[in-house]
This record gives sequence, C-alpha cells and structure tokens, in this order.
Amino acid sequence: MPIELKNVYHTYMPRTAFERCALKNISLTLRKGETVAVIGPTGSGKSTLMQHLNGLLAPDKGCVMVAGTDLAAKGDAAKKVRNSVGMVFQYPEQQIFSETIYDDIAFGPKNRGLTPEETDACVREAMAFVGLDFDAFSKRDPFRLSGGQVRRVAIAGIIAMDPDYLVLDEPSAGLDPASKEAILKEIMELREKKGIAIILVTHSMEEAARYAGRMLVISGGELLFDGEPAAIFREHKKELLEIGLDEPQVFKLSGILKSSGMDIPEGILSAMDLVKEIKKAKGWK
Amino acid sequence: MLKDITLWQYFPGDSFIYKLDPRTKILATFIYIVAIFFAYDPASYAVLIAFAAFVIGASRLPIWLVVKSLKPVWLIAIITLLVHMLTFPGENVIYTWSVFKVTAEGLETGLKMCLRLILLLLFSSVLTFTTSPIVLTDGIESLLWPFKRIGVPAHEIAMMMTIALRFIPTLLEEMERIIKAQTARGADFSEGNFLKRLKGMLPILVPLFVSAFRRADELAIAMEARCYRGGEGRTAMHSLIYKARDYASLAIVIILAAVEAFMRWGA
Repeated sequence: MPIELKNVYHTYMPRTAFERCALKNISLTLRKGETVAVIGPTGSGKSTLMQHLNGLLAPDKGCVMVAGTDLAAKGDAAKKVRNSVGMVFQYPEQQIFSETIYDDIAFGPKNRGLTPEETDACVREAMAFVGLDFDAFSKRDPFRLSGGQVRRVAIAGIIAMDPDYLVLDEPSAGLDPASKEAILKEIMELREKKGIAIILVTHSMEEAARYAGRMLVISGGELLFDGEPAAIFREHKKELLEIGLDEPQVFKLSGILKSSGMDIPEGILSAMDLVKEIKKAKGWK
Repeated sequence: MLKDITLWQYFPGDSFIYKLDPRTKILATFIYIVAIFFAYDPASYAVLIAFAAFVIGASRLPIWLVVKSLKPVWLIAIITLLVHMLTFPGENVIYTWSVFKVTAEGLETGLKMCLRLILLLLFSSVLTFTTSPIVLTDGIESLLWPFKRIGVPAHEIAMMMTIALRFIPTLLEEMERIIKAQTARGADFSEGNFLKRLKGMLPILVPLFVSAFRRADELAIAMEARCYRGGEGRTAMHSLIYKARDYASLAIVIILAAVEAFMRWGA
C-alpha cells in the first residue's frame, strides 16, 4: 500500500500579489519500509510536499493516493488513510498542550477512538520507542523538560498513532549533537521493528547520506533527482552545488583523497567506512 | 480561511493614494467619516458615493479586493436594514406582515444606515490597503504628538500598535501550523456541540499562548539589548513631510465635508 503522487501542483495564495507556485508536476511513489530523505534549499517546497502526504494540503492539480484511496476524498476511508501517515512537524515541541506527558501522547490515540486500555498500551509503546521511562516521565509536566526530551515527547505523540508512514520535518533541528544522533537512531530502530516507512526532511547532507536508502532532491518546487544518495552525490555534484547543497563532508574528503592518489573506492558516505578504506589502502592495521 | 479576511490589510501597490503622507490619509478618512454623518438627503449621499468611487479609482486597487473587504459586514448591514425597516415609525405603509409594518420612511432610513456603514468601511479599508502598518503607526504617532503635553504616551501607543500589527500575520501563521499539527494527530475541530468545540480549541490555544508569551519575552530582550528606552529624544528613520499633494488632498476632503454640511444645514 504505497503513497502515490501523480502530477501534483500546488500554488499558495492564488490570484494575489503574494501568489507563489510551490510544487510543479511532482510524481513519485513511496513504499512501506523505505527510508527516504528529502533535501532541498530553503523555500524549495519540501514542507509543502510533506503536507500533501497526509492531506493537510490538497493539490491544485493532480492527486495523492494512499493505499489506493484519494486523500482529497471525503468520508471515513480517506480519514483512516490520512491517519496512517504520521506527521512530525518542525519543532514539534511547540504543539504540546497537556499538563502531563501521558495526556499529550494519548491525544492522538484518543482521537482515533481507542479505548483507555488500548490508548495506554499505545502510550507505553511509544514512550519506550523514544527512550522515555514510563514510570519516571508519564506524570511529569512536558513544559519542564530539556529540549531533547520535549522533542521525544512530541515524536512519541505521533508514534502512538501507529502510523504506516512517518514523515519527519527536520526532527533533529536545534538539538545538541548527542540528542540529534540519539533521536535519529531511535527513529531508525522504530522503522526496523515495525516495518514502517520513514520520510525524513533534512538540511543535513550527512543525515541524508547516513540514514536514507533513497533521496529526493527538490528545488524550486520541482523534483530534480530521485535515487540512491551515494549515486546522486556522485553524479550530480555540480547541480547540487548550483542549488546551494553541498556534498557530505566524508564524501568530499574521500573524493579529495582519491584525486590526490590514494587507492580508495568512490562514494564513501560513512566515516567508519572511510577509515577502513584508508587503512586498507595504506596497509595499516 | 483565515487568509480570506482582507479587511484592514496592507496590499502592496503604487498610485497617487499610496504616495500620500499617512497623516493626510488618516485625517482625510476622519473628515470623510464626519462627512458621512452630515449626509442627509439622497443628493448628499450621491456626492459621498461619487467621492468614494473617485478615491478607490485613484488608489488603483483591484475592485475585487475592495469588494471582498466588505465580506465581514454584509450580515451586519442586512440586520441594520431589517431592524430599521421593521421598527421605524412612519406614515406610508408599504407592506404589512403580522405585527410588523414596513414603511417608506423606515426603508429609507435603513438603506441610509447601510450605506453609511458600507461607505465607512470602504473608505477606511482604502486607508489600510494603501498604507503599510509601519507607516500607518508612524502617522498615528505624529498625529498624537501634540497630546503628549496632557500625558498621552504617543510613542508608546504607536510602538504597541506597530508590534501588534507586526505580529498578526506571525500569530496567524503559527496558529495555522498548530492547527495542522493537531489535525495530523487526528483532532477534529468541527464536531460536537459548542462546549465540546470550545474544549477542542485547547490543543490550539495553549501552544499559541505559550509561544506568544515566549515571543513577547524574546522581543523585549532584543529591544533592550538594542538600548530601546521609549520615545524620549528618539528620531524617526523616515521622517514624515507634508508635500503639495497632501495639502491639495486635505483641501479637497475638507471641501467635501463643507459641501455635505451645506447640503444639510445651508439651504
């Protein structure tokens, strides 16, 4: 049951002085179990595209189908598939409103009409996934947590809805490096355990290269490239630079080493792999 | 939905009206509103309508925008008309329906009231469509300056208005974002009775207030960090200067008001 976008167009504030075309003829298919990174410069239409995936925005032209159901359709079937696409906005901690962490995470499951017991199970599971201890945290005030912890609560609120697709808009923005890494790792573990798709919008080439199996490059509302991150970084270096996206540091470094004569393969994306290759080339242990 | 409200929003453009000094526009609007209340007979209303049409034409605003700005008041205008029609005492009964009598006088007064309301809104919306909020508050500050002697904090009022106006779009945007985020969590804001809906607003209002307070705090710190200390001895970056077109425009509006006054009391 994939998400399919067919020739999607979207224009903001049509017929005014502020008219802006945000998406132009986007067609793509997202399958369950994938990890997709969406990259593009600021204002390229990434967020607009994301909001089409669960029907928060409707295309002006074209259609978005989830599991064969048109999101723009009215009725329970469309509502159900909309709920199967979980959406974590940028700075999701800003949507927290409850007095206890438990209540906030339970908001989504309750809206789905689950019984208190089912809700409880969802909350416990979601908290476990983001590494928050249920007994220690469930009754605490979410407004008194550290940045990384509030972010976890907000993400748990979406995970508790048991989505098939999890769309995250810069989930690591504004966090310290340790929290960044921890949160992304938790998300990837979630994907492995539940077999859901992760769609990760990011500014960081490192994150895209490291976590994603597939990368979408968007600029000016158009889908420029769609493919494996290493292949895109290798083949479209120039185009990426033109739209203001630099290649990942490790990738760049391996390129420099190779061009200065070291015998290593092209397109290394992780630091550990690079170390291994250098050791091999140099004959170190 | 929220973006559909065009009343009292700035609409970027360029024309004679755009170029006028904000003080001229504020004063002219004020004088025109006074003139609206002078109007009495159909001829004087015709003059007012003609003048409004002339100003809207000179502003070169798109007509649909000006018409759309009336959207929130249609209902009020119709209620005004109905109340006057049904309750105004008069001799010439046109139509009777149970205890209500529609009289020619009532209909006339009702229509006049509606017209007053619409003209008032049209004219004031031209002011705000053609004047950016920042310039508008500069104008208000300058106009309030003489009242400083009697303790009116002109600069502080203007600063508060500037900040308030500046943050309307920001807060609307934020609200839309929060609505979307909660909708994505399955919240439904259109279901249930009034109380249930009110409760349903909490997931929007709490985050909105939290962020509004945070923003206010950050803004205050940022202002203090740049040595803001109120209006004492402060000069403007763009000082306002009356030009020939401002004197001419004011003269025309004053003539209009005088004509309206003459049409009412002169004859």
